[in-house]
Amino acid sequence: MFGLLVIAHVCGQRKTQNAWKCVTAGFFYVILRQMRDISEISLACEALCQTESSLMLFRSVSRASAAAAIMLSDGGSFMKGMIVGGLFCLVLSLLGSFSPVTESGTDGNDHHHHHVKAASKDELQQLSDSRLQELNNQLKVYCVVMVQPKSLVYWATALDTWTKHCDKAEFYTSEVSKALEAIDLNEKDDWARLRKALKHAYENAGDIRWFFVAQPNTFAIIENLKYLVLTKDPEQPFYLGKAVKSGELEYVELNSGIVLSYEALKRLVNVFQDENKCPERGRQLWKLSDDKQLAVCLKFTGVFAENGEDIHGKGLFNSKTVDSLISESMKQNPNNVVKGCCSDLAVTFSGLSPNQMQVMMFGVYRLRPYGHDFHDLLTFFPPKGSDND
Amino acid sequence: MRPKGVTFTTGLIFGYLSLRLLLTSMFSIETENRLHSYNIHTEASQKNSSAESPPNSTQILCWIMTGPKNLELRTKHVKQTWGKHCHHILYMSSVKTDFPTVELNVSEGRENLYWKTIRALQYIHQHYQDKANWFLKADDDTFVVIENLQYILSKLDPDKPLYLGRRFKRFISQGYMSGGAGYVLSKEALRRFVKGFQTGRCTHFSTIEDMALGKCMETMKVEPVDTRDLKGRQTFHAFPLDHYIIRQLQRPRPWYLIYDYYVPNEGPNCCSDFIVSFHYIHAVQQYVLEYFTYHLRPYGYSYRFKPDKMMEANLKTH
Repeated sequence: MFGLLVIAHVCGQRKTQNAWKCVTAGFFYVILRQMRDISEISLACEALCQTESSLMLFRSVSRASAAAAIMLSDGGSFMKGMIVGGLFCLVLSLLGSFSPVTESGTDGNDHHHHHVKAASKDELQQLSDSRLQELNNQLKVYCVVMVQPKSLVYWATALDTWTKHCDKAEFYTSEVSKALEAIDLNEKDDWARLRKALKHAYENAGDIRWFFVAQPNTFAIIENLKYLVLTKDPEQPFYLGKAVKSGELEYVELNSGIVLSYEALKRLVNVFQDENKCPERGRQLWKLSDDKQLAVCLKFTGVFAENGEDIHGKGLFNSKTVDSLISESMKQNPNNVVKGCCSDLAVTFSGLSPNQMQVMMFGVYRLRPYGHDFHDLLTFFPPKGSDND
Repeated sequence: MRPKGVTFTTGLIFGYLSLRLLLTSMFSIETENRLHSYNIHTEASQKNSSAESPPNSTQILCWIMTGPKNLELRTKHVKQTWGKHCHHILYMSSVKTDFPTVELNVSEGRENLYWKTIRALQYIHQHYQDKANWFLKADDDTFVVIENLQYILSKLDPDKPLYLGRRFKRFISQGYMSGGAGYVLSKEALRRFVKGFQTGRCTHFSTIEDMALGKCMETMKVEPVDTRDLKGRQTFHAFPLDHYIIRQLQRPRPWYLIYDYYVPNEGPNCCSDFIVSFHYIHAVQQYVLEYFTYHLRPYGYSYRFKPDKMMEANLKTH
């Protein structure tokens, strides 16, 4: 156990993630080598800790299994079983995270999530009126809404509520519905469907430079999305939303909405053609969800997920309902429930029922106290022919 | 040979599971830390609105009909949300507490509601009649937007006998205002109510608080006000928003709209942008409505309903 402590100490000096990996692999070394050579163990650990590459891990595991072969002949069937079982698990998880990525790119080991913040009032005030007006006019959002006939009520509600505020809203369905019109992708697989939808959006973008992907049980406030990206250049790659990490992979959750700039989408559509980097059907032992697949493909083109935040650093993209977030805030900040909860300029909430979406439409676009004027620097007009906003 | 095989497989399973657990717990710690950081935000209040408030002559005293068992579950949240916008606020109960609550000499219970109301109004008249010119009654599960009430009241004269709320048409010929939706008495109306009981013209003839009060108002010649906005949309509501706003096909009135004095609209035209009240709003929903009313907004949005511009336009054409 002394060896384990040594390893933990050495690895502890690196960042947390690697330390865990070291400890795990080190654990096996301890059992296998039975603390014969401490320096060798720490050497192996050093190697592991320095490079991100799974290849190194693989190598160390194979060394471990070689040693295991020696162990096996020594007897102790329980130990043998445990080792083999543990190795098997390691191998499987490696295969899962290993396949498309060998190097994680230029950012190095442990980049904590990136943020993209909305512009502050000061920043905006520094822009000339004409520049502000120019930005306001050019800023258009193409909404890519992924629907299915089995959730028809959600689809109809999205159509009647927030999507009316998109400059262009297209509904992409898995199969034709007799009730509502959409672009039929004729595709059951989530990832393949997302690919087709994004490709179609890119080809039909016209002069629109920002793309927002969502599902119909998400409510989005497009004006706040525009405010977030107002001063960002769509000729730069942006991939924004609620950024979360799954192991090595940082991705934007689909259920709280994904924002892509024109450049990001362009690079994505190009990498779609590369079956090695971005296969249409995926080739892992177990499939990644479509939002993770998206992140993987984008990573190849040098585009990384960033967390969308307001000027105070509060997340703007929420994967829960307002009720749910308020409930949580009541427990965590009982004396400051509303301010401790969600941003005033939130972009999305998710997991809403169709009735809740209609309620939100009123709550966002109409309900307000008389006499409060915010003196915003931009103006967005209500859509034509709509009566619930 | 047999025992050896068994121990081997147990070892196999043990090794696999323990490592699996280790690896998955690694990942979940990461994401949990991420999520946790979003919710801890005790930022300074952002006052980015300049309130062009209606004339300061509108002073509203709010009194909340409550009781000891509701203080923690409901009244507390009223106090933390919209209660702060009242010029004065009193919590009426059967027991005096440090909440603070006012003790009315009446026990709890549905059958005592009108007694509580009578005693409450007498108390307010005795101690506060000069401190405000409008008196709002609300339940501990009512949500009120005081600014929007002020907007309506600023156009009215508190020295006239006026009575506002969600007007119901049954029982009383001039109608009465729903208790749960909250009702407002002008200074003169309060004076007349108290006088009515002093002179015996008003009595405790029923336990149905809102209806009985409506009868007293009629007896004392207090006028009910039409509180709908310039587009004919309601401001006071006896139920939560989802009872009114959801689009419906043309249908006969559902049970909760049966008493409405003015013909109700279902769907987006039910409700004014400048809502005054909702009823049956509990704990979480109080904060949710506060978030929607005072916080969440679409940046730069040019609202459709602009009553001041409408009034200007009306003045110009006449």
